[in-house]
Order: sequence, then C-alpha cells, then structure tokens
Amino acid sequence: MSDYAIEMLNITKTFPGIIANDNITIRVKDNEVHALLGENGAGKSTLMSILFGAYVADNGIIKIFGKEEKIKNPNIATNLGIGMVHQHFKLVHNYTVTENIVLGREPRNKFGILQIGIAEKKVQELSDKYGLMVDPKAKIDDISVGQQQRVEILKTLYSNSKIIIFDEPTAVLTPQEVDELMEIIRKLKKEGKTIILITHKLKEIKAVCDKCSVLRRGKYIDTVDVADVSENELASMMVGRPVKFDITKNPIKRGKVMLDVSHLTVKDHLHVEKVRDLTLQIHKGEILGIAGVDGNGQSELLMGLCGMLPVSSGTIILDGEDITHKTIKQRIEIGLGHVPEDRHKYGMIKEFTLSENAVLKDFYKPKYSTKYKTLNFPLFKEIATQEIEEFDIRTGLGADTVAGSLSGGNQQKAIVAREISLSPKVLLIAQPTRGLDVGAIEFIRKRILEERDKGQAILLVSFELDEIMNLCDRIAAISKGKIVGIFNDGEVNVREIGLMMASSEKNEGEKIEG
Amino acid sequence: MKDNTAEKKSFFDRLLDSDVMISILVVILGFIVGTLLIAIVGKNPADMFSSIFDSMFGMARNNGTWNFRYIGETFAYSMPYILCGLAMGLPARVGLFNIGAEGQYIMGMTAAQSVALLVTPFPGLWVFCIIAALIAGSLWGGIVGILKAKYNVSEVVATIMLNYIALYSSRLISFQLPGATTYNTATLPAFSKLTKFLIPTSNLNVGVFFVIIAVAVYYFVINKTKLGFAMRATGFNKNASKCSGISTVKSITTSMLIAGAFAGMAGAIVLLGGAFPKGRIITGMDNYGFMGIAVSLVGNNTAIGNLLAGILFGILKQSQSLMQSRNIPKEITLIIQGLIVVFISLRSGLEIIKQRRNTKKLRKEALSK
Ligand SMILES: Nc1ncnc2c1ncn2[C@@H]1O[C@H](COP(=O)(O)OP(=O)(O)OP(=O)(O)O)[C@@H](O)[C@H]1O
Ligand SMILES: [Mg+2]
Repeated sequence: MSDYAIEMLNITKTFPGIIANDNITIRVKDNEVHALLGENGAGKSTLMSILFGAYVADNGIIKIFGKEEKIKNPNIATNLGIGMVHQHFKLVHNYTVTENIVLGREPRNKFGILQIGIAEKKVQELSDKYGLMVDPKAKIDDISVGQQQRVEILKTLYSNSKIIIFDEPTAVLTPQEVDELMEIIRKLKKEGKTIILITHKLKEIKAVCDKCSVLRRGKYIDTVDVADVSENELASMMVGRPVKFDITKNPIKRGKVMLDVSHLTVKDHLHVEKVRDLTLQIHKGEILGIAGVDGNGQSELLMGLCGMLPVSSGTIILDGEDITHKTIKQRIEIGLGHVPEDRHKYGMIKEFTLSENAVLKDFYKPKYSTKYKTLNFPLFKEIATQEIEEFDIRTGLGADTVAGSLSGGNQQKAIVAREISLSPKVLLIAQPTRGLDVGAIEFIRKRILEERDKGQAILLVSFELDEIMNLCDRIAAISKGKIVGIFNDGEVNVREIGLMMASSEKNEGEKIEG
Repeated sequence: MKDNTAEKKSFFDRLLDSDVMISILVVILGFIVGTLLIAIVGKNPADMFSSIFDSMFGMARNNGTWNFRYIGETFAYSMPYILCGLAMGLPARVGLFNIGAEGQYIMGMTAAQSVALLVTPFPGLWVFCIIAALIAGSLWGGIVGILKAKYNVSEVVATIMLNYIALYSSRLISFQLPGATTYNTATLPAFSKLTKFLIPTSNLNVGVFFVIIAVAVYYFVINKTKLGFAMRATGFNKNASKCSGISTVKSITTSMLIAGAFAGMAGAIVLLGGAFPKGRIITGMDNYGFMGIAVSLVGNNTAIGNLLAGILFGILKQSQSLMQSRNIPKEITLIIQGLIVVFISLRSGLEIIKQRRNTKKLRKEALSK
C-alpha cells in the first residue's frame, strides 16, 4: 500500500472564461488532517468536487491508496471510501436522522421488510464512538444546524468512508460548535481517517491540521507543515502579500439617531415570539453589534426590521419616519440596506447574471430605463462591472457571469457590494464575512468602517465575537429575544461578552430602557 | 479548422448544451418514432410526410397544383396553439403551472359570442368581441393569480377547478343567448366575424395580426420591461425577490392576468375566425388550452419558441385531414405530439448523455498520454 491516501496529479478543470484548477497536484498521506487554503475562487471546492466525483476533471489522474481511479460520480467515490460534508447540507427535512443516513441503502431483512431499528442502533454506536451526540430518532427539522452537519458526518461514517472531505464546515457554526467540531475531527483522526478540511480560518488550521496546501487563482502554490508556519505566514502565502489582522478605526463621529426601535416584538413563521419587547437605537456614524448565541432572535430581528416578518407590536423609526408597517420596497427606498444571513435564500438570484443581481433592488428606478421605457441592460452591466472591480469579485465572464456559478465567497462579496453601493442610511448586516478569505475579510471590514465614517448607521450581527469587538462602537448582547446589556467599545472583553450571552438574567452593565 | 473531428464534437456538445437544440432534437425524435409506428401498422410513412409537407407548403397532390388553402388552414390552426402556449409560458416564467388556459379560453369564447349576439351589429363589432374575450380570459386567470399570490392557494388545483366551472358557466350563459338550442345559438352576425385575409378559401383571418402582436408583447414584456424583470426574478427565487422589494404578488397576479388574456383571445379567434357560423354551446373542452402546455414545453417558454412550436402543432393538426384522405390514421399526429412531450420531459436523460460524453472524452485523453 502506498504512503498516500490521496494523490491528485496534474488536475485541470476549466469553466467558461476561467481555469478553476490549473494543473494542480496535491498528495495527502494516510491518516493526515490536510488543510486546503486559498482565496475565494481559488478553486478549492472545485478540486474537492472532482475528488468526490461531482465534477469530472478535464485532465489529470487521481490515485486512491496508490491505485489509479476514475471517479465519474459520487457513487464511485462513496464506494472508494470517500465521503464529503458539503457546505450546503443535502438532508430531507421531515425525515429522521437515521432515515436520512440510510436513504437509498435501507437495511432490510430477507423478506425485504425495512429494519430501521438495526440502522438506528448502528447510528447510535457511531455517534457514541465519535462523540457526535446526535439522536438517531430526531427529525431533521428539530435539530440545530450544527447537529445537521453531524448527520452529514454520520452519513460518511455509516458508509465506512476512510477519507472525509469538509468544505467550509465552520462557516455555518457558532463558536462553541466550532470547538466541538475540532474535537470531532481529532477523534476521526485517532480512528484512522484521512481528512481534508477546506477553511478560511487560520486558527482552525493551526488547531487540527498536520499539513496545509495553498491554492491561488487556480494554481498550486505550496504544501507546508502546519507546525512550521505562523498564521500570518499562511495568510500571506495564500493572498500573495502580507495581511493585516487588526484594523485601525477612526474616532467615532456620532450623529443623530437613525434607527429607533422600541418595544419591538416579532414572531417567526411558527408564530413563536422570537423578539420580545426589544429596544435599541443606532446613531448616524455608528456601528452597533449584536452579540449572541444563534437562535436568540437575531434572525427574526433582522427579518422584522427589513419587513420580511410582520411586527406584532412596537415601532421602528428610520430617520424620523415610522416604517413599522411599510412595505419592503418602501423601506428600501427610505434608506434601509440589508445583507441577509442566508445569501442563497434571500440575498441573490442564482440564475441571474451579476449585472441583473447588481440592480435587483433598484432596477425599476427611472435612471435604469431607456427613453423608450425599456430596461437599460448595458447600464446594469456598467454598475456590475464597477462593483466587480471595486470589490475584487473573481468571475469567469465578468458582469455576465451567472451568480450561482461564483464561488461561495465571491457570491458573498457580490451581495455586500450591492448593498454598500446603494449607500442606505441604515445598513443591516448579518455575518458579512462568512465564507470570505482573510484578504477579503480585511477589505470588507475596511469598507464597512468607511461607510460608518461616511455617516451610515450600521447594525451588525455576527457570531464572530472577534468581528464584533473589532468593528463595533457599541455592543448589545442579545438573549431570548431581548437585549440584556449594551456596552461601549472597550468597556468589555470577549470573555465578559461571552458570559453575558450565556446568562440572560444577569444584568451587568447599563440595561437600556425604552 | 484543421481538426475536423474536434470541431464536430464540440458542435455536438454545444448542441446538447442548448435548450433550443434539445427542442429540435426532440421534435425530430418524435417524428422518427412516429414514422416507425406508421411502418409497423403497414402504412407508407411517405404518405404521412407528404401530408405534413403539403400542409406546410400548400401543394395539392392530386393535380400537382398549389393549393394555398392548406397553408392558410395551417396558420389558422396555429393561432390558438400559439396563444395558449403563451398563456402557459408566461406564468411558467414566474414559477406557476397554469393548467387553466382551457378555462380562460372558454371564458374568452363565451364573452366574445355574448357580445356578438347581444349587441346590435355594427361595423367593427368584432373588435369589441375580442376585447370582451381579453377581459373575460384575464379575469378568469387573474382570480387564480390573486388566490395564489395572496392566499397561497395551489394554482394547479385552482385552475383545474376553474376549467370545469368555465365549461358549465359557458353552457349556462350560452343557453340564455338568442336562438339557443342544445348545440348552438343564433347565427353570429357578419360584423362579429374576423375578416378573411390573404387566402380567402381558408379560415386564415386577421386574427393572425393579433397573434403576432401577442408574441411580440410576450417577448417585450419578459425581456425588456421592469415587469418582466420582476417576473423572472420571482420565478427563480421568490424569497430573494421579496427581500429585494420586488412585489411577488404583483408578478404572480399580472402574469396570470396577461396569460388569461392570451387564452381568452384564442377563444375569440377560434369562434369568430370562420369555422363556426353560429355561437357555440360546448359540451366538452376544445383542448387548445391543454395543448398549450405541450406547446410551451416544446417552445421552452420563450416567445419565438412558442411561435414555432405552435406552428408545428398547427401543421400537424391541418395534416390530419390530408392523412385521412391518404389512408394514414390521423391519430398518428396526436401520437407524435404526445411523444414530443414525453421526450421533452426526458431532458434529464440528455444530461446523462452529456455526462457520458464528458467522461468518454476524458478517458480518450488519458489513453492518448
Ligand atoms: N459550475 C460552475 N460554472 C462556472 N464556473 C464555476 C463553476 N463552479 C466554479 N466556478 C468558477 O471556478 C472558480 C473556482 O471556484 P471554487 O468554487 O472552486 O472556489 P473556492 O476556492 O471554493 O472559493 P470559496 O472560498 O469562495 O468557496 C470560481 O471562479 C468560480 O466562479
Ligand atoms: Mg468553495
């Protein structure tokens, strides 16, 4: 048997207008945790999709445990012992955990009768062995995103995968879940698995990976021993220049109140009160961060503010205008911007080109019509081209690229670009840097600060306490739909905020009143 | 240029990549299987093709002269197909499945004949008949749109129900019209009929212009206007559209209103286009609305695609009478239409072929190393 579990030799894959993988060779030793690092659009997902059989390479050879294999489709990959945990899970929602795992290979007795019990037992065993803590009988609907990810992991374990690929697994997780996932990866290694981890988080690479291969713009750069390099060195290897992690913030020039939310109550789709009697104010030129554990009403707060969910009680006043019961379009026109949390569901139209997506919120304005009242598509294209240049969105076909074909991080950049370019008075931003590479994170954070300095009022929701601490002028901790404490920048540290988020009843700091 | 085989291969790959080509392939495939069937039942496929050919170009076989009546009839038959295809296609672009073109068609026809028989005839009456049909059809479609947009009632269920309600309402209303018997009403006044046009021996009439306008409107709305932009956005991703301030209620409702108008106009054109001297009291459905589903499938919900697919279906319909006279079972045209629809639905099968070709190419490259 060969030393290497995986050898991908001279892999090339082209898409219209772009070489996603340009003659890439990587080798992964058996029982190694191997990181794949690269800027947004560098070709990481593409390379792994080729290994998993979702794409077929134009060129190149794949060897698994020393044997050359033609991986034409995911089934072949599964049979070869390769499993993949996708960034967007492929689970059937009203099925149980076990049903999802055995889908298509249900255990049956000799009469062909389904024996789900056997599978449940096996799932339970696997879950215990790797400390996944998943209930085999739970419905997918009832478990958290982090748990759903573990179901995906269980799927690969159930089919006896020796090799497990993770594509940006931590992008959707809360900080605690990230720590737990790191632990799970260590356990998987101990049990002899070979792991490839795509991530933009250098900390995670340092924490669990043995080796790290770096891609840049479709090309292979280098493979290094993680122990030998610092986070900074990794970052500059991947971007091709030094990256600054700390950003300098100009002193705040706080203006009048731009967004005034008082006693807001919002129910979710199941009519459960998720935001309860919440009050907060954001001033011109200020960034207010919402820190909290996922599921404490952050999503519903944003959806209520932007108009996607109706407000049960309370008021929202934007620059002196009551928008509580205004339509979404009216709110946008009055000056509300929104980078939604779920970019695929709410942020963009995957089938549209970048030009069409760039004007999604204001295409109807007279400036986009020709004198014959038809839409001025060339102008759309101009706008999109500007954004592509300014935000360094990596595309195959420029403004004509279909949004859905962009890499995950570049989709995110396109949405942020649109929202910032509309220069609203109040900008709601959820997880702005989710899925972005460190270079892009640096850039987007700088742009957000620029908008603040220009006098925008910004509401930032992020699970990354670092991000909140770095950017925000004030930080509000949210718990169970209420603001439980609000602090000025510098008044608290990460640990204190963490404690605050965890305990809703303790009221440290000034508690704000309506 | 030198590498001929490579050129050809990439051409075939491009063929598989394009929706237009798939539609054309599927039509050809439908005809091939149809031909085989004819041969199996012991008839001469040449007779089938000559019937189709004559319907397209207007040749009269028996005496070798041109008989343009055939072309005229072909286009006359195509009109309702094209319109009903558009009626299916527009909501499809917004993500709706409008199986209600049949009902909208019936309501259009009923409105047209009511106006024709109840208003004292005057020159230009037909314009008002058509307008009435447009309004009736779009109301019938609009109801579905509002139910769907505001209350999320399934448009499939709503349109199926409304098809039946339309059928019986049409009978109820038409029984009240002057001269109603069990089958028909009084003769339609001459002023209500659509003027024959170009080929007076056929039923080809000025309706053609309305059809052309309808196709143009469809193209223009979808591709050039704000409304079309909003409709396409809604069709692809309702949540993101809503979140971007696009009124999905408006997109959905308007698409159904316009679709209903297309189908309603089809009803008026069939009624007033010459085939029926008297108003109709229908006992069943004409099926143009349902065939519209097939037309829009083949035409890929584009304006030009619908136009061509509608003409294709018109040709097949016109050739039925020629086939019968040449001893070919006319049902073969229905079979071909059916086959085309089935094959179109097998598009995913073509995806597999595409994948095969990709891997084959890869293997060849690997071997050549
Ligand atoms: N199906 C596709 N069609 C066209 N282009 C594609 C397709 N998939 C990927 N690409 C292009 O290939 C390039 C590499 O994309 P890939 O998704 O592999 O990047 P990535 O390294 O995973 O980036 P990210 O960190 O943002 O996820 C991108 O420029 C992308 O636009
Ligand atoms: Mg990716």
